[in-house]
Amino acid sequence: MATNPVVPPASALRWLGVVAAPAALALAFLWAGGWLTPGRLTQVGILDALREGGGMQPGFRRNHAKGVCVGGWFEGTGNAAGLSAATVLQQRRVPVVGRFALAGGLPFQADAPAKVRSMALRLMPPDGREWRMGINDIPVFPVRTPQEFHDLQLASRPDPATGKPDPARMRAFRAGHPWLQPAMEQVARRPLASGFADDTYRSLDSFLFVAANGMKTAVRWAMVPVRPVMPADGHADDHDYLFRQVIDDIHAHPLQWHLMVTVAGAGDAIDDPSRTWARDDRQIDAGTLTLTTIESEEGGPCTGITFDPLVLPAGMAPSGDPILSARSAAYMRSFFLRSGERAAAPAVTPGMTATPAGTKDNKS
Amino acid sequence: MRSAVSFSLPSRILHWLMAVMILGMLFIGVFMAATVGPGYHRLVTLHRPLGIAILVLAILRLGNRLRTPPPPLPADLPPLMKAGAKASHILLYVLMIALPLVGWGMLSAADYPIPLWGEAMRLPPILPHDPALWAWLRSAHTVLAFLLFGLVLAHLGAALFHGLIRRDGVLSSMVRRGSPD
Repeated sequence: MATNPVVPPASALRWLGVVAAPAALALAFLWAGGWLTPGRLTQVGILDALREGGGMQPGFRRNHAKGVCVGGWFEGTGNAAGLSAATVLQQRRVPVVGRFALAGGLPFQADAPAKVRSMALRLMPPDGREWRMGINDIPVFPVRTPQEFHDLQLASRPDPATGKPDPARMRAFRAGHPWLQPAMEQVARRPLASGFADDTYRSLDSFLFVAANGMKTAVRWAMVPVRPVMPADGHADDHDYLFRQVIDDIHAHPLQWHLMVTVAGAGDAIDDPSRTWARDDRQIDAGTLTLTTIESEEGGPCTGITFDPLVLPAGMAPSGDPILSARSAAYMRSFFLRSGERAAAPAVTPGMTATPAGTKDNKS
Repeated sequence: MRSAVSFSLPSRILHWLMAVMILGMLFIGVFMAATVGPGYHRLVTLHRPLGIAILVLAILRLGNRLRTPPPPLPADLPPLMKAGAKASHILLYVLMIALPLVGWGMLSAADYPIPLWGEAMRLPPILPHDPALWAWLRSAHTVLAFLLFGLVLAHLGAALFHGLIRRDGVLSSMVRRGSPD
């Protein structure tokens, strides 16, 4: 038997056959990863736009970077249990880890009344079916797609010369997106509460509640403060007045919110967070949030997790709102990047959140 | 002439089933790691159970491989090529098992819940909550996935080289039933 040469002579066509399939797969792989389509919006593209729009600091969240950890519990009324099988909505108490923050990528920005405030929550029932959310004190989201979010960040980025957004760029964005005009006006003209404690935070995006029998109901929700809303007033002399205020508030007594679930009416836009819903929609008081503790992000329980709005329990599902998937993706990417970086000390330090001497159990 | 011994039927079924699953998984992974589109959440939801299915199949397949040895490579294949084949096969097995474990581990370290199918079944964490570990494992998951994709391409190229250029029966031993000639 004659031995074969290691590489026997073969036609060019056969060699093409050997190379073609791996090469085609490699090209398809590069396409799937976005490397062949630089114009396609990616997770990195969103984070780059956020950095240009609002700055960025290693080790901190890429958006809502200035914040403080809070803790407490949520107690369901059971009123929403008919719409959603989520165990977290049943009549019982579940522990909560949360976070108050200011929108924007700069963790050391100065507090101001008109800056967007957010509440993030992780509700942890004992069966592990947890519910995470990031909710904001604006009436609607200013955009309806990830691309519009990206473009708005770039349009509103500060001009290096003035430190303020270039009015011409913002005018061009508005002119190019007339359908966002009502939303942007509603955000600009919203009434401002005095602080984190008397603010109302809204899901903005819509979700589906799924009942035990499989019936789906489109909903939005809001955390509505129990305490009366006070008008906002500026504190130009204090860089961190909003955070100092909420630290004092929680040290003085627990803060409470009602979880108000709004059920979509016939004419409400489910998949467009830039549009408000009808005023006469059915409202359900689904439970009460009570916050009793506050801690710096340095060593606090809200730092090493992400409040991905698509971490939902059985009984809740995402709507078709395109912002939701983009948030989930961008939160993951931000959490991944910041977790590999070394963070500076946050603006709200452990010293600021320490219980005042002589009260409670802080005797050591 | 040539080796007429084929892989056993279970080996061939496992091979081709996993070939489709692993290629699909790699494409889902690289797409979802970049996209902010509406497919992101659906793909992540699919990526988890598919990864666990690959892990289970890979362990079954490793047992099968240890119990039923593969047909020998052609006797006239140079030792370097034989060594390359053996090393790449070992590395393929290592990655088929390691990638799902790294994925599971990284979600554990990030303190994400790990639902498998809807919310009916959740996996327990296999590592403690540790953000720095999550960041490290998330990077490792990407690097190992690229390595696995490169190995799959090399494996495919080598199979076609055996089938189209050397025509030595190596490709057909995984494609068709062996018949004594």
